[in-house]
Amino acid sequence: MNNRSQTQRFPLWASLYLALTFAVLAIGFYEAMTAPKEATMGNLYRVFFYHFPHTILSFVFPYMNCVAAFLFLFWRRSNPARALKADAFALASGEITVLYASVGLATGMLWGRAAWGIWWTWDPRLTTYLLLWLLYVSYLLLRKLTTGDQKAVLSAVLAIFAAIDIPICFMSIRWWRTQHPAPVFGGGADSGIDPHMLPAVFWNLAAWAMWGAFVLGLRYTIERRRQGIVAVEAGPVVAPASPVLEVR
Amino acid sequence: MSYFGHVLTHLRKDLQLEWRAREMINGMLFFALLVVVVFSLAFDPTSYPTVTRQISGGLLWVGLLFASITALNQSWARELHNHVMDAQRLSPAPASALFLGKALSNLIFVSFIELVLAPVFAIFYNLHPLGQAWLLLLILPLGTWGLTVNGTFFAALSLRTRNRELLLPLVLCPIAMPALLGMIQATTNVLTGELEPGLWIKLLVGYDVVFTIACIFLFETVLNAAD
Repeated sequence: MNNRSQTQRFPLWASLYLALTFAVLAIGFYEAMTAPKEATMGNLYRVFFYHFPHTILSFVFPYMNCVAAFLFLFWRRSNPARALKADAFALASGEITVLYASVGLATGMLWGRAAWGIWWTWDPRLTTYLLLWLLYVSYLLLRKLTTGDQKAVLSAVLAIFAAIDIPICFMSIRWWRTQHPAPVFGGGADSGIDPHMLPAVFWNLAAWAMWGAFVLGLRYTIERRRQGIVAVEAGPVVAPASPVLEVR
Repeated sequence: MSYFGHVLTHLRKDLQLEWRAREMINGMLFFALLVVVVFSLAFDPTSYPTVTRQISGGLLWVGLLFASITALNQSWARELHNHVMDAQRLSPAPASALFLGKALSNLIFVSFIELVLAPVFAIFYNLHPLGQAWLLLLILPLGTWGLTVNGTFFAALSLRTRNRELLLPLVLCPIAMPALLGMIQATTNVLTGELEPGLWIKLLVGYDVVFTIACIFLFETVLNAAD
């Protein structure tokens, strides 16, 4: 099929975007390695430049997931084709959330070992971040364990619940006494870092955001293609074979 | 019939069913008792009263969480016999009334377990609360509602999935974690009398309100997920 060969090709703009992402990642790496040494932790603090973007972004992807879940439920009856796209996006953003939260947890543990001497501590902020990770793992598990049409609906509902849970998690940082340092940005008069470190922070944030967007788009495309295969296997009939009894 | 009339009808039906069978309550009660005994193997509750006070709040809620998970699965599985669930979907009564009735009946069942379990806990673990014990009358219902409202919702959500018995705790526990943290901390603060449980009670109230609203709005979607 002509159509098929077109969709299978990796588009030029995607290649250019990927090249740009690698360039920004390289700049981010260079900036992170050449930023001034930190006063107390020396070179060990450089993991911060990876820890920070991943944790910040792992609070962004869940909201993309939540918006996609809302759109899916909104379009489910009126526009099933568009609803499928929203569902593919919800799946992709859910997986990226778990990926980025895992990297955030791992880099955080490495840093914690260097800064506090322990890999893990049950302070509220770490606990709630682990909770974020658990929430989206359970989201992916639900997707695995459900079948058929209800998979998208049930996981969309869970996505909304999970997104409601995150602000409670985020608020906890202000409510509870914590071992984790106060938020580096916007945490009060003492917060903020040496201005010389800022370029490294922002280049890495941009780089990992671009990389995340790329992986998200790739995963979305794969899921769309899978949906296409399912639709082809199900046959050309798009409408339900039997008339649906509209109850309400 | 008004909305609350529907809720009451569902509630009355569930209470009646349970009154006749007494499966859920007996099962939960015995299970919770077993959990109490198993925890006593992990440490010596009578020799270390301070340690016991510090961890009993957590143990009590973990026991209740496990017991309610076993029962919550049953509460909807009952509706699957003879296609009662399909009849509920066809009925013109609002879907959220069905949900609220079920959640309230589960609240009553789990509260009953607490009424029996709390004295048993106090006797077996030799507990003397050092804080204001009357606050438990506030913390227990708030925490129980937090557990049962989401538990009832997610039990309905996992009803028609593969491995539904497995799925409920996997989905419920992460969502309920802030509530669990709130109820455990509040109960521990009452038992040890070291800190005021006020903040945690506020957290529980907020959690209950937010998730009750979310459950009521989304229940119809879950009920009709298959079509």
